[in-house]
Amino acid sequence: MTAMVKAEGIHKSFGAVQVLKGIDLEVQTGEVFCLIGPSGSGKSTFLRCINHLEKINAGRLYVDGELVGYRQKGDKLYELKDSEVALKRRDIGMVFQRFNLFPHMTAAENVMEAPVQVKGVSRAQARERARELLEKVGLGDKAGNYPSQLSGGQQQRVAIARALAMEPKLMLFDEPTSALDPELVGDVLDVMRDLAESGMTMVVVTHEMGFAREVGDSLVFMDGGVVVESGNPRDVLTNPQEERTQSFLSKVL
Amino acid sequence: MTVDVNKTDGPADTPPAGPEAIKAIPVRHPGRYVSAAIALGLLGSIVYAFAQGNINWGAVPEYFFNDRVIEGLLNTLLLTVVSMLIGIVGGILLAVMRLSKNPVTSSIAWFYIWFFRGTPVLVQLFVWFNLGIVFTYINLGPIYKDYWSVFMTPLLTALLGLGLNEAAYMAEICRAGLLSVDEGQTEASHALGMSHAKTLRRIVIPQAMRVIVPPTGNEVINMLKTTSLVSAVGYMDLFKVAQDIGQRAGSVVEMFFLASAWYLILTSVFSVGQYYLERYYAKGSTRSLPPTPVQRFKAAVLPARRPKGVSA
Ligand SMILES: Nc1ncnc2c1ncn2[C@@H]1O[C@H](COP(=O)(O)OP(=O)(O)OP(=O)(O)O)[C@@H](O)[C@H]1O
Ligand SMILES: [Mg+2]
Repeated sequence: MTAMVKAEGIHKSFGAVQVLKGIDLEVQTGEVFCLIGPSGSGKSTFLRCINHLEKINAGRLYVDGELVGYRQKGDKLYELKDSEVALKRRDIGMVFQRFNLFPHMTAAENVMEAPVQVKGVSRAQARERARELLEKVGLGDKAGNYPSQLSGGQQQRVAIARALAMEPKLMLFDEPTSALDPELVGDVLDVMRDLAESGMTMVVVTHEMGFAREVGDSLVFMDGGVVVESGNPRDVLTNPQEERTQSFLSKVL
Repeated sequence: MTVDVNKTDGPADTPPAGPEAIKAIPVRHPGRYVSAAIALGLLGSIVYAFAQGNINWGAVPEYFFNDRVIEGLLNTLLLTVVSMLIGIVGGILLAVMRLSKNPVTSSIAWFYIWFFRGTPVLVQLFVWFNLGIVFTYINLGPIYKDYWSVFMTPLLTALLGLGLNEAAYMAEICRAGLLSVDEGQTEASHALGMSHAKTLRRIVIPQAMRVIVPPTGNEVINMLKTTSLVSAVGYMDLFKVAQDIGQRAGSVVEMFFLASAWYLILTSVFSVGQYYLERYYAKGSTRSLPPTPVQRFKAAVLPARRPKGVSA
């Protein structure tokens, strides 16, 4: 089994503030990898480095064996052109805390947009695929609705369908359920569970410890820009070794 | 997507349930009658004054559809449309330049906006017209070469003067529009593998339009009126034609009334267009769009699917 994501000593600062202080981890192909940690610990920042929405300052980050954002020739690094970065992002789906659906497009149009614009798929084909994907996330009857006409949970499921439309090999989830009313969380988690069962490699930043325990294959606890503890979710969540993990879990569980 | 008009009628059809409906005597507002009477009186005396004045009202309808007037009208429209197009395209370009991370491009845009907003458009028109004093020839290599005075026709002067000036104003409107779009939209688009250009064209600009269209409508209406300035550089627009006819026929004021009437008609037509354009770009922003006046009219006049005895 190869690593889908491999991080070696990732550092990232915003100005003088160091947010990531040397992250090392590996996400195996086909696994569900959960990231937990207190607010401000750098979880979102790390996730955004994986698809190069943020540039790292030091370290090496590989997705599917290829360096993210750079090309290595000899011992020199060359920055990739925007178009090359965009090409690599096609293979990485991302789901945001605040959905970020395109409000001027219907659910179906949201799902169709990238395949048509980026991959050059015909509109008819893309529409057919969008219908299938919306069906899959349980929104077959909402294809014509604008995001403002959908509940938060429905919007997030459209966002997942939108990311899946590009047929990614890796999905990133940044707290996909934390902007949702409690009764809507379940629907989104069900969709994610199905996706995990289908063998998708997923990196999930979450506060849903139940989801991490049931669906997760690996779990990392981050705090202050470093990995504090990692391992099997059931072990880490029930029997944390580090004191910082223990105090964090005692607050959220 | 079509909007089901009848949905919005829902609450009006349901009679108030529960306790007895209130039938109270409304508060009287005698002040309103007094102020209305005063306003009507003033209006009446103004109308009376104009009717009494030495004005040959017959000249207005006589020349209303005169060939030269219509030609001037078309010239005014042409000027408005083309100048606005130059302004909009230039404005979007300047706004993108202004927001770019490259300090050179953003400074150039800043300087352009500073210069063109800071000088009167009439002065700019004269400068374009008279630039022949500085440049005797215009020489675009093998493509084109001529005297400045021949090259710079009144139409070109007018288009350049109005269009380039408008671009500076449109730039600020477009910039506000682009900034109004949530950053998450750009991020989501980039995360899907869309390029900068596609993100701008497909995701950001359509959403920015909701903020850009209303003030742009005002700009169009302003432009329509500002075109009257170009009579100063000899372009045969509506106002210039009206002036010429007025002087020759000895009905100067009458022709100004005629021009005003045409300007009013055109601005009214543009306002209607603006309403529908705003509606178009509002899609997705509200759960259901309110019916247009035409739809409302149809709903009120045609009693189809309406329960009896319900007044709108
Ligand atoms: N663009 C930015 N500019 C400056 N500082 C930033 C930026 N983005 C994030 N930060 C800072 O980096 C730190 C980590 O942020 P990050 O969003 O990665 O945290 P997080 O672990 O996702 O927290 P949360 O659980 O609240 O989402 C925070 O202190 C934040 O203020
Ligand atoms: Mg976060």
